[in-house]
Amino acid sequence: MVPIEHIVGLSALLFTIGVVGALVRRSLLAMLISIQLMLNAAGLAFVGFNRIWQGSEHGQAIDGQVFTVIVISVGAAQIAVGLAMVLALVRNRDSMNVEDMSVLKW
Amino acid sequence: MVDEAFREPLLRWIPLLPLAVALLHGISLGVLRRPWARGAVIAVSCGAPLLSLLAAGISFAHLVALPDEGNLLLDVVYTWIGAGLGDASFSADFAFQLDALSAVMTLLVTSVGLAVHVYAIDYMDHDERDDRGFQRFFCHLNLTMGAMLLLVLADNLLLMLAGWQLVGLGAYLLIGFWYRDATHAYAGSKAFIVHRVGDFGLLVAVLMLFWALSDVGAPTMAFRGMEAAFGELATRTFAAPDGSAEILLVDVIGLCLVLAACAKSAQLPLHIWLPDETASPTPASALIQTATSAAAGVYLLCRLSFLFAAAPLASTTLAWVGCCTALFAAVAAAGQRDLKGVLAYSTMSQLGLAFLAVGCGAYTAAIFHVVAHAFVKCALFFGAGTVIQSLQGERDMRRMGALRKRLPKTRFLVLTGGVLVLAGLPGSAGFFSYDEILLAAYRSSLPGREALDWMATATAVFTAFYILRCYFLVFEGDSHVEREVRAHMHEPSNLVLGPLYAMVLLAVFASLLGFPEFWGDRIGIEDSNSLANFLAPVLSNAPAGKLSERTEWAVIASGASGFMVGGLAAWWLYLRNPKLRARVSGSVATLLGLVRSGYGADEIYDRALVRPLLGVSDRVLHRGAEQGLIDGLAVNGLARAIWLLAQNSLRHFQSGMTQGYLVVTIGGVLCILLYLVR
Repeated sequence: MVPIEHIVGLSALLFTIGVVGALVRRSLLAMLISIQLMLNAAGLAFVGFNRIWQGSEHGQAIDGQVFTVIVISVGAAQIAVGLAMVLALVRNRDSMNVEDMSVLKW
Repeated sequence: MVDEAFREPLLRWIPLLPLAVALLHGISLGVLRRPWARGAVIAVSCGAPLLSLLAAGISFAHLVALPDEGNLLLDVVYTWIGAGLGDASFSADFAFQLDALSAVMTLLVTSVGLAVHVYAIDYMDHDERDDRGFQRFFCHLNLTMGAMLLLVLADNLLLMLAGWQLVGLGAYLLIGFWYRDATHAYAGSKAFIVHRVGDFGLLVAVLMLFWALSDVGAPTMAFRGMEAAFGELATRTFAAPDGSAEILLVDVIGLCLVLAACAKSAQLPLHIWLPDETASPTPASALIQTATSAAAGVYLLCRLSFLFAAAPLASTTLAWVGCCTALFAAVAAAGQRDLKGVLAYSTMSQLGLAFLAVGCGAYTAAIFHVVAHAFVKCALFFGAGTVIQSLQGERDMRRMGALRKRLPKTRFLVLTGGVLVLAGLPGSAGFFSYDEILLAAYRSSLPGREALDWMATATAVFTAFYILRCYFLVFEGDSHVEREVRAHMHEPSNLVLGPLYAMVLLAVFASLLGFPEFWGDRIGIEDSNSLANFLAPVLSNAPAGKLSERTEWAVIASGASGFMVGGLAAWWLYLRNPKLRARVSGSVATLLGLVRSGYGADEIYDRALVRPLLGVSDRVLHRGAEQGLIDGLAVNGLARAIWLLAQNSLRHFQSGMTQGYLVVTIGGVLCILLYLVR
């Protein structure tokens, strides 16, 4: 059985990659992907922690897995809205660079 | 609780009927906006006082039929306020009690109230200033009367306070009845504000009394309980602020009550609302100045007579305030040109005498005086209203005269039931009640008693003078009425004369009620002065020291001579020798002007209170606090500070770089996490 530390480590690594990606990449599409990565890192952590309960008196508990499904649904909803917005922006401005979207600054 | 035999379920209907009718009128006028037909208004509005009067009469009969030890009827509707447990519990009931004092006042209020309602049918019929005025007026009349009955019948001080405030509201509504006229609206507001000053006094007194009673372990507001627990309280003192003297607690409470009573009964220095009260329709004046507002003050003092009997300072203040008001108002009444102005100042003066009686500890005399005065003054107001109406609204007595030819019945009734009784014709109620008061003043041991005696005697002279002057100017002498008006003058209908007859009969009846024992013993009448004997058990009258026969004769002589001197002077100056009057009044014109304006009391109040208050309100509170501090500094200043801050520095955070925002967000989340994990 894969030890819990490995799972949490992978989750943390994925999350960090997501954060750094969202901060660094200038492409809107890449930022959306990075955000998905963060969500999935959280989902992975949920599933991993759920495995700890197996063998204890909460052996049948599937709370973590349920939450993972919810996280995936949230991610799907978010990507649907996000992609639509990106598409609209691209059509209007002919650019996917996030630095071009600064109309609302002071 | 109370014994079954002393329950009287009729009592609650006496005040609640008029109040309920007022509420019905209010709903029809204010909520549904659909006025009733004239006949329905009359039937309901006059029906309620009639039923109240009947209920009061039946309850009174039951009260009289009680055995001696139970001199009280009680009707507990429900527990109004209940708090605490065990020994410290306090409860005030929504309950009514009928003892001798409240029985007399209830009969007075219901009978006068009914007469006023009937009189108002005809009087307000001619009123075309307001299309819904007819029903509105009856609504206010019912409300005022119900409020007064609530005050009179209340079983505890808190319920009485509620009635007390409602009476003030009723006065405000009735005085400002023609509110579209600015002067009337002003007079109404003035009355209300002065009444509020009195309400403040009563509220403070109630709170202090309750605090003191809880201190001696009897937290109660019911009159019976208060009187029982009062003995322990009567001698409590506390140190004056500078520690030089001990002040009686009851004196302080008493002085607060004096303030309250002064405002309601229009005594110096809170009398200023009454001269302006003449702005109201005459039936309203008749109700306010006889049975409601004016009588409420004296009733309060007599209801708490046990307190005043133990409070020498408060009693002295009362006597002096009353005596000064009596004399000053009597002099002012002699200078009035307005017919209703004379009556208003006369009300003040007569109530001043009642206050003097209370101050001297003669509570029964005070109540007798108030009762007699109510009937007399009501008859006078009805007469005055008839005169004013037949002259098409003219109130200046200089444009009246010789009305006896046109209004013979009115003149006869006003003379017998009003003028002569008020003037103190020997044998009338006015004479007897004045006698009682002067006797009480002789018996008392107040500071400056001599001066009080002289002032009371002078009041008798001026009373006879002003009321006979008023009568001569209106009904006798040469006519100064315009020819056109004179052609239309006629005797009023029976609907107007009926209440007048009733009041005159009651005024004559009052003289029988208060027939003094001094005369009764001589003529051989059993149980003379029956009103006083009836009232005596519930009032803490000062012990009536036996006066020498010489003093009694002296008092009677001074009353009679007051009537003679004042009456003769009025006759001489106004009928016999008007030229002399013109010469006299010409030589003291300035003085007369001062007297006519009520010694410039309005001007003094204006200078001393109103204008400084308005100045402070305008300059300090409005321009300083409101516009400067709140609007300027707090609201606009804060907005401007934020604007400046944002303009110069904070706006640069709004860079428009999405990932910059993201960095800040993540940094913030990290900080929170660090704080939580730490």
